[in-house]
Amino acid sequence: MTSDASKLGFYLLLAPILLWLIVLIILPHIGLFVVSISEKVGPREFETGFGNYGTFFGEPLYWRTFARTAIMSIAATALTLILGFPIAYYIAKLTRGRTKTTLFLMCMIPFWVSELVRTFGWMILLRETGVISTTLQRLGLINGPVELLYNDAAIMVGLVYTSILFMVVPLVTTLDSLDDSLIEAGYDLGGTSTSIMREIVIPHAMPGIVSGCIVVFMLSLGNYLTPILLGGKDSLWFTGMIYTQFITRFNWELGSALGFLLLALSSAIVFLGLKLSKQSLSDTMGRT
Amino acid sequence: MPLSKLRGKVLTDTNPDLVCHDLTKDFDAFRAVDHVSFEVPQGSFFSILGPSGCGKTTLLRMIAGFQSPTSGDLRIKGKSMIGVPPNKRPVSMVFQHLALFPTMNIGDNVGFGLRQRGVARSEITRRVGEVLDRVGLPGVSSRRINQLSGGQKQRVAIARCMVLEPDVLLLDEPLGALDLKLREHMKVELKSLQAAFNTTFVYITHDQSEALVMSDNVAVMNHGRFEQIGAPHDVYHEPKTAFVAGFVGEANKIDAKVSSVNGAMLTLTSDTGTQMKVAAAGADLSAGQGAQVFLRPEAIELSKSRDQFDGDRNISQCTVSSVLFNGANSSVIVRDAGGHLISVAMPQTGSFADLRVGDEVFTAWHPNKARCYLAAKG
Repeated sequence: MTSDASKLGFYLLLAPILLWLIVLIILPHIGLFVVSISEKVGPREFETGFGNYGTFFGEPLYWRTFARTAIMSIAATALTLILGFPIAYYIAKLTRGRTKTTLFLMCMIPFWVSELVRTFGWMILLRETGVISTTLQRLGLINGPVELLYNDAAIMVGLVYTSILFMVVPLVTTLDSLDDSLIEAGYDLGGTSTSIMREIVIPHAMPGIVSGCIVVFMLSLGNYLTPILLGGKDSLWFTGMIYTQFITRFNWELGSALGFLLLALSSAIVFLGLKLSKQSLSDTMGRT
Repeated sequence: MPLSKLRGKVLTDTNPDLVCHDLTKDFDAFRAVDHVSFEVPQGSFFSILGPSGCGKTTLLRMIAGFQSPTSGDLRIKGKSMIGVPPNKRPVSMVFQHLALFPTMNIGDNVGFGLRQRGVARSEITRRVGEVLDRVGLPGVSSRRINQLSGGQKQRVAIARCMVLEPDVLLLDEPLGALDLKLREHMKVELKSLQAAFNTTFVYITHDQSEALVMSDNVAVMNHGRFEQIGAPHDVYHEPKTAFVAGFVGEANKIDAKVSSVNGAMLTLTSDTGTQMKVAAAGADLSAGQGAQVFLRPEAIELSKSRDQFDGDRNISQCTVSSVLFNGANSSVIVRDAGGHLISVAMPQTGSFADLRVGDEVFTAWHPNKARCYLAAKG
């Protein structure tokens, strides 16, 4: 019977995504959660309780790093949006045909190289003996070598650079779908560039803006490589802390608790962002 | 309503709303609009009719300000609009696909222009309500755009422009996307809206029936030039060029050669050897020249016998090739002795209802019913 056959086909097609969800996402998280609520009371002795979460709130270094990571990620997201929007608008609305494809491709090309290599590229530029420092010295603008690495600005540069593509792509897609005649109608009815941007372009691009922001925020919050390499050992990024608990301190219980807190934080901020922008998750993710 | 009332205002208005003088637009090597001059009197309905690619959209976009003319002048209410951006011009445009803002409700759509002018909020609400009343859509302000039907969207788009009280309203084939029934209905409605607002409308279309039904004056455009400007009646019955004769309304086109000239009466021989007489006063043709004869299907009379026609007419014996039944617009395609296919309007008396393919009929037409033009070279 055809309905049985099509049902079988449906489940077969569904199987990979279900497997992916259950085996790679849900099961590890359940395991992580179980570990996170086990308190070590002695060698190989564990009790169930929220002591690991208590440790987090009791130690200022933990929650300060936590807050710092969140704020820096939000700032990186905002900066990426500010930089990405004009780029996306230019690609989507002001170019046509070949130029458009070329520009879009030029945004993609850096992502053919691994993130590690790209970050090392930034280190070559920014370090004390790096390209920028030596150029400035040659031009006589500064007297001695200047260290541009290992500060928050360097982290920010790295975060924006690694995630800007994930802002530009959804923005280009939504802006592409904006009919040019709507912009013309706006001008025709007496609108200025600013008011058209505010009343027509941005409301239309809102799903793209929100989905881009969600992706960039998640990437920044969960980024490990960029903050460690560009921020140095004082970078104080929350993922770095989780790494330390798992690998250096071998304290899986606290590490799992911290991991769960990070998950809660990102969910809470995304939820808040969606509420503030009056978008729904299915809308923003469905559109792009 | 008497016909004269429908004709509207004449072209020789002393204070026209819109004047285009020698307007030209070049795109690289291509000339889209070629030395176009016209005037549109206040409160009249002016249509620009032409096939796609004739430059009518470019012309409209120049009036709206989205494109600037290469040369020539464009004046609205006496003020030159050269260099004035679209948001500073006293014109509004109804776009082909209406371009209603999908992110706003209807009230915000209509109030958009007023908000840009900094009108007070309560005043905007009042004026939006008023204009929506006038287009026959009271109380829809809070509805979404996608809750409206095609015809209602059309009226919202017009209301959005009219609330700004523009001097000239431009319409870019706004009926193109509607189905036939609604299009017929909107033609009448647009005309009455125009009369009610008493605003100058400039309407572009490729649909001759839209232009003829609604307009006070029609300009027929081809290859960037105006072929003829005039009242719909004149454009239809007295086309000035072969293009107008062929484009506006149905016409049989016959290629022929002038064999003799007798005052205003020409005798022509078609390329299949059929002789015909045409009264062409202004055609300025001489014997031996190639000519094109245009003959409206409704100008041809049909008969089953030769006897009932007098000698002045061009009479020929034909065979019915096909009968196209289309209610009041039914027609018969007949093949004359030379093999030419000629479309003839079916008389509405019903006397030819029994006409079948292969029947012998006689066609006759008066020499002053046809139009004759010098054949284009090549």
